[in-house]
Amino acid sequence: MAKLVLQGVRKRFGQNLVLDGIDLTVSQGEMVCLIGASGSGKSTLLRCINLLEPIDDGTIHLDGVDISEPGYDPQAVRTRIGIVFQSFNLFPHMTAAQNVMLAPRRVLGRRPEEMAGPVEALFDRFGLKHRMGHYPDQLSGGQQQRVAIIRALAMSPEIMLFDEITSALDPELVGEVLDVLRQLRAEGMTMVLATHEMGFARELADTVCFLDGGRILERAPPGTLFTQPREERTRAFLSRLL
Amino acid sequence: MPNPDQGGAAALSAAPTRREIHEARLRRRSGAIAAGSTLLVIGAIVLFVPMAPGWEAVRRSFFNAEVFRKTFPGLLEAFLVDVAIFLWCAPAIALLGLVIALCRDVRAPALFPLRLFGALYTDVFRGLPVVLVVYLIGFGVPGLGLPRPWNSPYIWGSLALILVYAAYVAEVIRSGIDSIHVSQRSAAASLGLSEADTMRYVVLPQAIRNVAPANMNLFIALQKDVALLSFIGPVEIFRQAGVYKSLLANFTPYVGAALIFLAITIPATRYADYLLHRQRRRQS
Amino acid sequence: MNKTFSATACLLLMTAPAALAGAHGDCAAGKTLEDGVLTVATGNPAYYPWVLNDAPESGEGFEAAVAYAIAAEMGFEGDAVRWVRTSFDEAIQPGAKNFDFNLQQYSITPEREQMVDFSLPYYTSAMAVLTTQAVIDAGAQPTVESLKGLVWGADANTTAVPMLAEIVQPERDPLLYGDNADVTAAMQAGQIDAALFDLPTALYLSAVVVEGGAILGQFPANRSENPDQFGLLMEEGNPLRDCVDAAITALTESGRLAEIEAEWLQQATGVPVIE
Repeated sequence: MAKLVLQGVRKRFGQNLVLDGIDLTVSQGEMVCLIGASGSGKSTLLRCINLLEPIDDGTIHLDGVDISEPGYDPQAVRTRIGIVFQSFNLFPHMTAAQNVMLAPRRVLGRRPEEMAGPVEALFDRFGLKHRMGHYPDQLSGGQQQRVAIIRALAMSPEIMLFDEITSALDPELVGEVLDVLRQLRAEGMTMVLATHEMGFARELADTVCFLDGGRILERAPPGTLFTQPREERTRAFLSRLL
Repeated sequence: MPNPDQGGAAALSAAPTRREIHEARLRRRSGAIAAGSTLLVIGAIVLFVPMAPGWEAVRRSFFNAEVFRKTFPGLLEAFLVDVAIFLWCAPAIALLGLVIALCRDVRAPALFPLRLFGALYTDVFRGLPVVLVVYLIGFGVPGLGLPRPWNSPYIWGSLALILVYAAYVAEVIRSGIDSIHVSQRSAAASLGLSEADTMRYVVLPQAIRNVAPANMNLFIALQKDVALLSFIGPVEIFRQAGVYKSLLANFTPYVGAALIFLAITIPATRYADYLLHRQRRRQS
Repeated sequence: MNKTFSATACLLLMTAPAALAGAHGDCAAGKTLEDGVLTVATGNPAYYPWVLNDAPESGEGFEAAVAYAIAAEMGFEGDAVRWVRTSFDEAIQPGAKNFDFNLQQYSITPEREQMVDFSLPYYTSAMAVLTTQAVIDAGAQPTVESLKGLVWGADANTTAVPMLAEIVQPERDPLLYGDNADVTAAMQAGQIDAALFDLPTALYLSAVVVEGGAILGQFPANRSENPDQFGLLMEEGNPLRDCVDAAITALTESGRLAEIEAEWLQQATGVPVIE
């Protein structure tokens, strides 16, 4: 059954049409990678799915419910769909643990004592148990990004969105973050990623979508898309990367 | 017997490099120049100012040791009134400033009147001389016929200070709120936090910390402006100095009052500068 | 004969002051800021009944009249008197003054005399308690005992402040203000019950300025301790001082000063004396 269905999604910033009729279906447990040049609309698409940006046209269905309908409570959606940003966006005045526990406490009404165990387990799972009491500026970029992922996971989301989460990292730190994604993949998390890590997309994705000018120009399993792209533009994009 | 290896290592760490020697020499030289020029300026002041024809009269009028001795204890006591007024005004200003800043930041259309009020409020009270507000509220409101003790100049004068300074604090806090990058709000929203929780737990703590030095400067200014309450009756240090001045036909009490103010404001100003410096370093 | 007499009389009348002026003019010669001109300072604004309509040039009002009388004694014609305005602070600041003498109800005190010079007194003032009818209706009495319980105000620049502390010793700290207008504003706002002023000022304020104003009582002018005497304020060491004192002595002895007082200052009959 389709977990997430986008139909004809359009998004405009002023005169600029950023998403021009996006159709996308994501199944339960599927991992979809969005690739494409900067400005092709990948980030905007993710922000629209999370309702951080309202869409101008089209629909987004989550488990068959139209969440893009004006007036639909975005908070309810955001507790079910987590997002991690390129620039981490940790809260600098809180420790890693406080960053993670804020939303469960305020949104889900969890008490700190009932959260302590699960949160610690979460940190432990991603190798950051010893960093729980550190502030973001005491952590490396890779550690900060992992904390940001833990923060999103603490809400027990059904879908995770990742917006170029390794782009701001030094090359030697990329690996530890990708490892987290591998782990999530293995656990069966439904994920949509915007990424420039082609090797990673090729290795793990179920489906790769090539975005260009606000449209999904080509959509295929990675084996197909990376070796035999159908579209001329996809081919040009991939050849520039290699 | 000393271990030659150890000795070598110690020599390496202890012996200054050529560069260090050079820099130390430069430091000594600029230190000597700074000390020399300072001494020269002070010497010139000490030497030439007393040569001015009116110096004797000025010294008797402004730097009169006898008058100073006689009036300083009374001034110190009067300064306690300033401190008390400051102490009860400061928390009220912080609270009201915060409320006004939040009024100016509300986004819900239904609350537009609040926004309008916040904008009007800050425009009006930042646009008026403090002493004018002290007069208008300090004499005006009690003139409506309030019974004692509710017509006390302490209450209404303090309120005037609170209203004016809250406007400045509100603007400072608002600039702090604006300085928090939109991505912080996005991150909070993406976790499902409400607007109010986002403000309270994510934006405000950072904003207030960012503007702490600016607010500190405002509170230093407040400490000085407390003296304006003297216009409507309270005998705080400025008024007490004025009484002495009138009785003794001598301005030395004002110099005494100035010294007392400086004893408080200079360390406070230095501390604010230190905070600002530390913050700049952290942000860079 | 009759005609001749009146002509002679006229001549005499005309020359006599001139001769007189010549004599005193010698005293002041070269001692004023500007030769042939006497520069007199008053307040800004100058208050009734000391100066009427804030116009000292008219010679109307007690201090304006006194100034012209002293000037005449010293040999300055009316149009040789120039007026300037100063605050109290300007009057006592060190450095050159812009006036020959300054009169605006300055009380002579030994402390002030260490910094500036005063002439002989030209007026001795009773101090009076200005209050409102409401306060009297509430039971205030012209006794020191009753006065202690009131909330007091005063002009911070006047000798009313030490007087309050020494004679009344109020239970609550008095509130002090920068000028008369602020004192009356505070009284009108109900923030103070009573204020201490010299009697002429108090009479004027109670009659004209303070709504429902009243005089509760007076501390008589001839009290033995701290009589409040007004003098002309001059820069310390002003050589003109002896001439001014001579003029005031002459005016006092001739009874002219008392005439001026009677003309411009209301006789305070019926104001109870506070023991």
